[in-house]
Amino acid sequence: MGTLASVLEASGIATVALSLIRQQVETTRPPRALHCEFPLGRPLGRPEDPAFQRSVLDAALALLDEPEGPVLVDFPEEITDDSDAPLVCTIPPADNGDLHPAEAEARGLLPAWKRSADAYGRSTVGKVVAAEEVPGLVGLFARIADGEGWQEVGLPGDPTKAAADVRNFYEEAALSLTEVVPGARQAETWFVDHTAAGDVIQRTRVAMKEQGAGFYFWYYLLPATQHHDPEGG
Amino acid sequence: MGDDRIRSELADLAGYAFDEVPWTSPRPLSESRVAIVTTAGLRVGGQPDWNPGDQSFTVLPGDRKDLVLSHYSPNFDRTGWVVDPNVVLPIDRLDEMAAEGVIGSVADVHISFMGAQIDHTLETIRLDTGPAAARALLDDGVDVVLLTPV
Repeated sequence: MGTLASVLEASGIATVALSLIRQQVETTRPPRALHCEFPLGRPLGRPEDPAFQRSVLDAALALLDEPEGPVLVDFPEEITDDSDAPLVCTIPPADNGDLHPAEAEARGLLPAWKRSADAYGRSTVGKVVAAEEVPGLVGLFARIADGEGWQEVGLPGDPTKAAADVRNFYEEAALSLTEVVPGARQAETWFVDHTAAGDVIQRTRVAMKEQGAGFYFWYYLLPATQHHDPEGG
Repeated sequence: MGDDRIRSELADLAGYAFDEVPWTSPRPLSESRVAIVTTAGLRVGGQPDWNPGDQSFTVLPGDRKDLVLSHYSPNFDRTGWVVDPNVVLPIDRLDEMAAEGVIGSVADVHISFMGAQIDHTLETIRLDTGPAAARALLDDGVDVVLLTPV
């Protein structure tokens, strides 16, 4: 992003870059940068906190008063992610029937996902399948996790994007199952460590790696910080 | 914590810096037209998902509706965006600042690229799509750009 800032600046536009990874702006040297030690994915710091967001913007735009650059300033307040404190959600009881438990779990979460989609008016599900198709997709991942070849099972698209649909579906459903706006990565850790589908994706990642799938197809199935290998590696 | 690990893994990542950092002296902020350029990998509904290595950009429409965060990387939080897009794309805050007269106006054109690029030299962005994005912003009369990452 620092490089892009310089390209725009060279075209005659004054730029101010927010930064989330300080070393990257140190390396790429944009003309003006405000480093914000905030959760990745939340460059303005706090959702639904207009006053805080405004304070970040005020600090950023104040850098336009600097007479020369490059300028790199740290925002005085830091916010950490909450991946160590997973959400506590009560998952609706599912009627398993003949379904894999993870698929039944996902089916049970569909009403919660719909409530979130209605409440917020947006979703990050839909890279490969629509939300209504996520339970079936979880069933396909479960077959891979349980030993079938990933190419034989035949996912409906890029495995990485399919896994993102599953995770995003769960995280968005969780927004309706908790009273507060989650801290960053709280829903992520809940999904990975406390749901049947999270376990399925984790085991799928290991299985696809062992089956020799391309790096892109297994490595990005979960955030790099959520890879739990069987030997603890 | 997750972000600490990601940050430490990316600490030594290569990046491209110009030999001489460019500098444009801004107009007074209260007279400036302000746009946002994000690297969050936003699309407008119905457009194809971002793929790794894609150095193109998307022009975000003036009505700001139907935006989809479709960055390929799983390594950052998305729940903040779902709850409040201003945590990534603070357009409502810019509207408030324009109404207060702090900034001159809010652009009709905002732009998204996708960060976490594989080619750290960003050759396409430097030589092609970056200047093209600047042209789209200049055509809208933009004076100041706020860049936001994820």
